[in-house]
Amino acid sequence: MGKTMTGAQIIVESLKREGVEVIFGYPGGAVIDIYDELYKTPEIKHVLVRHEQGAAHAADGFARSTGKVGVCLVTSGPGATNTVTGIATAYMDSIPVVILTGQVPTKLIGNDAFQEVDITGITRPCTKHNFLVKRTEDLPRILKAAFHIARTGRPGPVLVDLPKDVQQGKAEFHWPEEIRLRSYNPVYDPHPRQVERAYRLLESATRPVILVGGGVISSGAHEEVRELAEGLHLPVTRTLMGLGGFPGTHPQSLGMLGMHGTYYANMAVANSDLILAVGARFDDRVTGKVDAFAPMAKIIHIDIDPTSIQKNVRVDVPIVGDCKRALEKLLQIVTEVARPEKIWKEQFKEWWEQIEIWKKRYPLSYKQEGETIKPQYVIEKLYELTKGKAIISTEVGQNQMWTAQYYKFDQPRTLITSGGLGTMGFGFPAAIGAQMGNPDKLVIDVAGDGSIQMNIQEMATAMDQGLPIKIIILNNGYLGMVRQWQELFYERRYSAVKFQVIPDFVKLAEAYGALGLRATKVDEVEPVLKQALESKRLTLVDIHIAPEEGVFPMVPAGRATTEMILV
Amino acid sequence: MAERKHTLSVLVENTPGALARIAGLFSGRGFNIDSLCVAETLDPTLSHLTLVTYGDDQIIEQILKQLRRLVDVYKVVDVTEEGEFVEREMALIKVRAEKETRAEVLRMCDIFRCKVVDVSPRTYTIEVTGPQSKLEAVIELLKPIGIKEIVRTGVIAMKRERKSP
Repeated sequence: MGKTMTGAQIIVESLKREGVEVIFGYPGGAVIDIYDELYKTPEIKHVLVRHEQGAAHAADGFARSTGKVGVCLVTSGPGATNTVTGIATAYMDSIPVVILTGQVPTKLIGNDAFQEVDITGITRPCTKHNFLVKRTEDLPRILKAAFHIARTGRPGPVLVDLPKDVQQGKAEFHWPEEIRLRSYNPVYDPHPRQVERAYRLLESATRPVILVGGGVISSGAHEEVRELAEGLHLPVTRTLMGLGGFPGTHPQSLGMLGMHGTYYANMAVANSDLILAVGARFDDRVTGKVDAFAPMAKIIHIDIDPTSIQKNVRVDVPIVGDCKRALEKLLQIVTEVARPEKIWKEQFKEWWEQIEIWKKRYPLSYKQEGETIKPQYVIEKLYELTKGKAIISTEVGQNQMWTAQYYKFDQPRTLITSGGLGTMGFGFPAAIGAQMGNPDKLVIDVAGDGSIQMNIQEMATAMDQGLPIKIIILNNGYLGMVRQWQELFYERRYSAVKFQVIPDFVKLAEAYGALGLRATKVDEVEPVLKQALESKRLTLVDIHIAPEEGVFPMVPAGRATTEMILV
Repeated sequence: MAERKHTLSVLVENTPGALARIAGLFSGRGFNIDSLCVAETLDPTLSHLTLVTYGDDQIIEQILKQLRRLVDVYKVVDVTEEGEFVEREMALIKVRAEKETRAEVLRMCDIFRCKVVDVSPRTYTIEVTGPQSKLEAVIELLKPIGIKEIVRTGVIAMKRERKSP
């Protein structure tokens, strides 16, 4: 016999059983019963945000930085709809998040009741799965399933809609220790024959490249990638989501590829005869014009989600399975065959010579002249001062790309960025989640003056929690990435990219009780960054950068990745 | 690549929202649905769905994979690729039957083994069952006489068993 409990008690008890330590949320009429239970549950820390979008991003940032499921709790109606951007962000980047939304009582559903919205309908295309709970006794089973679905297979957000009467109803609590869903069985183990075929292609390749995607990070396969790359002397490039999946400072690293990738990464991929893609999905920002993508290459594609394979590019050896397990199998074959290392080295000698030529021809570069601060310089300094050990979140746009290019990212789960959806306003609330999950680490949000204003209200949340996050605003007074496109492709018609009013960010920080700092000349950058890094409280650094600096190299949208604008 | 018609047989959890998920998948990703037929199976916790779609091989592969990815989808079979199968559709056709055409409509029913299920002084409603090609033929022949209304079920399909043991 289980103990009889209210729905709200069952929900909180289920969260405890799932090991939830922290919830990001915002109360309201439809979740007041759950909040009443949380009041009595000190084991679960609740972070009260200032806007529900912030809660969803914070749960996401918590998940990305820890590998655990992030949890977000909001009320019905507008509370629920405000999380939608956050849910879609997590969905595009395969991040495990559970979103709990309040709902009007079941008998009012469909009546256009106060604060009613069909949130399961709204989020169906941007969640991995969602549930509307109809009976109190179903709560443990559904919550267990929600966490299970969120974290297994290709991870993703799962929403559970909780009508008020279900929270107030009573039922016996039975926690299912095991869960089996007959219609949901992700494949983890790769097909051995396919892995053998992959190995044989590697043996016969002359110009191979490993392409590391976000799947390497979510499956924890970074060690295996490194072992394979080092053992076989393979060059490695990474997608935005794959940064940290292979050390950026490694001599075999080619940096990021794609629209703002390095010249040598794009050239290597374009001229390769074999691509081993691990947990990457060949997004258009990576491939450029698909027909011109790596025309000579055979492609081995490891991915846990079969829909990613053969979706955008043709694949020669599909391997459906967990990246880590697939690479383990591949390494096992490497060990069994025991081909001497020097043979591998010899095999790719000419290829490496070519890559070195590309690397020398166009390394990542910028000119730091005069007093004007170049954003690349700021990121380089940041890397130097933090020794590459910080967790860096970014907003979206130029700030994101400069960070991706110049902060080298040696460790997985150190870059927290909205890759797929490209959500401005993501970085700061995500940093709150990351700092909650990693209280002893240095967490920095690299922002632009545009995107920071999309969720700046969360400064109050960070102050509430005493989080010593550092916000570095690369302030160019423009919506810089759009401005860059207008400069390059719209004859400098700067339409709607300049704010007439930008707040004084230093005063704004002070208004929230945070530390505000500013640098307007290049020699101020280092002392100001040092001061920020030493600060024990929330700190915002407003850095005035060269207003019309661009992100280069750049592959214009829809063009081949070899058609880079280098500047 | 050539576009081809495919008949898919899909078993899904009989839960609210499962059908919306499938319909949403097709509209959201720009796939086509020619027809869709849904009903409960012997196991009341599962629904069976027959879906006719078209596309080139790559699109059909994506459709199958995307369907299988849905948490509520239990099984997907591309019946078109599974060898021979029986395909049936039913239509109710209300056709104008005035003095001079009443006999003609009945003759047509006879030839195509249709049933007259409702009669009025000026119309016959006929029920026709068969493969899509048969329905198309009946409709084409009745059109000149005057079809007032038509309702079709969409295709259902089932794989044929092997004839030799």
